[in-house]
Amino acid sequence: MEKVIEIKHLAKSFDKLEVLKDINFSVSKGEVVSVIGSSGSGKSTMLRCINLLEMPDSGEIFVNGKNILDGNINQHRKEVGMVFQSFNLFNNMSVIENCMIAQIKVLKRSKEEAIKIAHENLKKVGMDAFADKPSTQLSGGQKQRVAIARALCMDCQVLLFDEPTSALDPVTVQEVLDVMKKLADEGMTMVVVTHEMAFARDVSSRVVFMEKGIIVEEGEPKQLFTSPKSEALQRFLGRFVNQ
Amino acid sequence: MIDLIKTMFALITKYKNLLWLGISKTLILGIVGTVVGLLIGLVVGALRAICMKKEPTEKTWIKLLKKIVNMILNIYITIFRGTPMMVQAMIIYFGVYDFGLHWDSFIAGLVVISVNTGAYMAEIIRAGIQSIDKGQEEAARSIGMSDWQTMRYVILPQAIRNSFPSIGNELIVNIKDCCTLSTIMITELFYQAKTIAGSTYKTVPAYMIAAVIYLILTSLAAFIMRKLEKRINHTESNYFASATVVENQEGK
Ligand SMILES: Nc1ncnc2c1ncn2[C@@H]1O[C@H](COP(=O)(O)OP(=O)(O)OP(=O)(O)O)[C@@H](O)[C@H]1O
Ligand SMILES: [Mg+2]
Repeated sequence: MEKVIEIKHLAKSFDKLEVLKDINFSVSKGEVVSVIGSSGSGKSTMLRCINLLEMPDSGEIFVNGKNILDGNINQHRKEVGMVFQSFNLFNNMSVIENCMIAQIKVLKRSKEEAIKIAHENLKKVGMDAFADKPSTQLSGGQKQRVAIARALCMDCQVLLFDEPTSALDPVTVQEVLDVMKKLADEGMTMVVVTHEMAFARDVSSRVVFMEKGIIVEEGEPKQLFTSPKSEALQRFLGRFVNQ
Repeated sequence: MIDLIKTMFALITKYKNLLWLGISKTLILGIVGTVVGLLIGLVVGALRAICMKKEPTEKTWIKLLKKIVNMILNIYITIFRGTPMMVQAMIIYFGVYDFGLHWDSFIAGLVVISVNTGAYMAEIIRAGIQSIDKGQEEAARSIGMSDWQTMRYVILPQAIRNSFPSIGNELIVNIKDCCTLSTIMITELFYQAKTIAGSTYKTVPAYMIAAVIYLILTSLAAFIMRKLEKRINHTESNYFASATVVENQEGK
């Protein structure tokens, strides 16, 4: 299977705090990988390293076989879409402008083409009816769906999600998860940091469990959730059962 | 009281040409100074905001370059905010003169007030930029926009909107403070009032006229800025707005 992301011996510290220690893992085309783990285990940092929002201290990261530190950083970033916990839609733009700006400025598409592609992707996430609304007037779930469309407009090879539903109320969580499930079914390669265990279990093809900066366990969701090997994962899952 | 007003009207009718000239020069200095100052401030403020933040992937020489640029801009801002505009005007006007270049004092005044305002605007814009949520920038960078594109299309529009009241304030300050440029013989409103006072010995009425005119000008400026501010806040989006509206009408 063609590898979209390959991480080798990734390590990262903030000052003296070792956040990531020797991370190794890879994601194949079409895979949906859920990353779970307790707070502070380094999930976000790992995701941000893949998009070079953080600079790795050591180790190598390959996206589509290319070392991400070779060549133009903006070239690399546009191939890797990122969806944030806090949505981060551009507040000074309408919904469709959010989806157009990078198409025009980074991919150098014509305005007509950008509009067409923006509408296509907004339809995909069910937000086309809001195309001309200011992005600040949307609900959280709507914002997050637009943020997904914005990333899709770049024709990225892989989408990274950092707790995309943590800032949402329980009712709107589902509308975002549905969009993500749809993307997964269409064969999009995704890495999802999440606390939604149901999503990790039902949608993802593989689950990665991180603890204190290392990958402790990974495997098929069913197997991982029903018979966790490591004590750390047992403890982690136990907390979810108790809730 | 009645006498004072009578004298003021008499002076106004007698010297209305001088006063008009003064008003026009004051307005030109105030408006051009603010607009050019804003442009300087946008570039300097944005540059400084870029130089002050660390990009995770940047090389050592870029870090060094950023430090140097930041230092130079900082010196500019410190000097022009830390000395009176009157002194700046004398040094710049006569300094260039001594250099052998004969230039018009009005041009010199425009340069001084613009560069001076630029220093204040730079700090206003920088503060505006740094108050924008970091997520806006990360989102822009994550879809491949460059530092400069992020600044131009995402950060600056929001920073300008947020600092609009301060920007408007600079216009009002400039309309009043360009009177200090009368030291380099610029015939703006204050200079004209001084001339009228000097030739008629009616000092208080002459300056009262100036005060009333200044008040009218600054109130007008404040009014216009408030209207503009409302307009900016109501324009929901301003970039491709027209394009998508057209598109949607065609779709219907
Ligand atoms: N820019 C930074 N500077 C210093 N420390 C940081 C920085 N970013 C993260 N950290 C620290 O690194 C550790 C791991 O953070 P990270 O955000 O990767 O964890 P996480 O697994 O995503 O946790 P959460 O579930 O709470 O989001 C934390 O202790 C955090 O305080
Ligand atoms: Mg996190």
